[in-house]
Amino acid sequence: MSENILRKEEKIAFELRALYQKYGYLPYKMSKFETYDLYARNKEFLEGARIVTFNDTDGKLMALKPDITLSIVKNDTDGEAKRKVYYNENVYRASKKTDGFKELHQVGIECIGDLDLYDVYETICLAAESLKKISDRFVLDISHVGILTAVLQTLNCGKEFEKAAKRCLSEKNLHELQTLCDTYGVSSEKLTAFVGAYGAPKTTLAKIEPLCEGADEETAFAELKALCALLEKTPYADSIRLDFSVTGGGNYYDNVVFKGFIDGIGESVLSGGRYDRLLARMGKKSGAIGFAVYLDLLANWAREYRETDVDVVVLYDENVCVETLTTAVNTLIAEGNSVSAQKAQGELRCKRLVDLRGAKTC
Amino acid sequence: MLNIALPKGRLGEKVYAMFEQAGYECPSIKENNRKLIFENAEKGVRYFWVKPSDVSIYVERGAADVGVCGKDILAEYDPDVYELLDFKTGVCRMAVAGPKNFHDDGQHTLKVATKFENCAKAFYAKKGRDIDIIKLNGSIEIAPILGLSDVIVDIVETGTTLKENNLDVIETVFPISARLIVNKASFKFKTAAVEDLTAKLRTMLEEKERE
Repeated sequence: MSENILRKEEKIAFELRALYQKYGYLPYKMSKFETYDLYARNKEFLEGARIVTFNDTDGKLMALKPDITLSIVKNDTDGEAKRKVYYNENVYRASKKTDGFKELHQVGIECIGDLDLYDVYETICLAAESLKKISDRFVLDISHVGILTAVLQTLNCGKEFEKAAKRCLSEKNLHELQTLCDTYGVSSEKLTAFVGAYGAPKTTLAKIEPLCEGADEETAFAELKALCALLEKTPYADSIRLDFSVTGGGNYYDNVVFKGFIDGIGESVLSGGRYDRLLARMGKKSGAIGFAVYLDLLANWAREYRETDVDVVVLYDENVCVETLTTAVNTLIAEGNSVSAQKAQGELRCKRLVDLRGAKTC
Repeated sequence: MLNIALPKGRLGEKVYAMFEQAGYECPSIKENNRKLIFENAEKGVRYFWVKPSDVSIYVERGAADVGVCGKDILAEYDPDVYELLDFKTGVCRMAVAGPKNFHDDGQHTLKVATKFENCAKAFYAKKGRDIDIIKLNGSIEIAPILGLSDVIVDIVETGTTLKENNLDVIETVFPISARLIVNKASFKFKTAAVEDLTAKLRTMLEEKERE
């Protein structure tokens, strides 16, 4: 019976915490509040999410945390050892889809410091393992923003064009990408090739290799290739794909980005990437990579329908003394039932009804 | 099985004919009844009719794998979906219209009546123009005539309604046509079926264009 107490998303949250702890990630517990200033300075990182604000007792403008990463990163001190932390927190935001503010449950990790290929590899493996703990039917899409950014910059059409082109890429929108390139008078050949670049890492890498001509593209391509070679040997190889429609929101991602999907859930349940630029903007030298699992999306997916609310309802009235009722309840609990003592059943659904009413026991 | 959300009405019927031509027919859809869901297990498709403005919601949340809706809906609601095809049907445009000889002197807040709040806001934000949005749900053309607004932002197909109400198109906001949208997660788990559908529809559209 005890297993049934936890809902599926709660069980997963425990399993994920155990997983991250195994890899040396330390729990990071934080306050629900943060100074609003932090979000005002890094608006782009939050991609327009609306924030709940209020005034602290000293008049300072505060916010209910809409995001965890910024709070973890701002305290980083460029130490020698890499900082590896995991969190299990609620965030508060109103997205364009929701009406009003929502409390959202996120579990995730951040690895901050002098990062190398191992750190990226470990993070992606942990992301894949996190998805596997939710369901065997998962897909982890990986992309490299560095490649896309370099390709877009060689076209030299300015920020507006880059933003619009990235949007087309994220929608796999060939027709509008074509129109956009025609408007700016540039060749669409390379960019449209990226729209079709998705699938198993090996074949996708082969497709994009000839497109990565400049020095920046080559460096980014080499990083991605090295990563894919390592991932190919993992048990998740079949569920890992490359997909250049994952473009990473905002301007903070400049390297590997990824999104995780579960069969049966319409939205991505995991999102992450390497965001060295955010740290650079905060004046820090470290690199950083991390991801979050959106557990609130699992709540609906894993909803279990229970036919009954409790196993047994014990009905009693004023004739039944407390000792008799206690004994009856405890005996049923000892037999492994959940028991609700009631004067009337009302709308409670149960497998068994034990009616003690009427029998004078006191 | 691919779940396909089609917009109720003329556009939906036109688009269904294209699916049929591409080899995804479902004869029961033509039966004259009030059913909303139609299935052809052999072809692996299940169609359902929904309100045009709801198609993107069904697709974004995964209740439908694939859907067809106008660019106006996509621009207004900005759903997180893939947009794989332009059907080049249901062609019209989102436009700003106002009384004949209307001139925006830029000295006052521009009153804009529209059903498409986000489209209007984004359009004027780009220009840096201060506006006051008046959200209406229908008969938008009446707003400038009665002085409720200076201009309207609305869908213009032939312009007949505008003309009959003494309004003129001032500028085009963006062109509109029906698009094929796909849920991002469905694309991952039903890749082959979605690719197949898209390829067949594309071939059919190209052939039509050549004709």
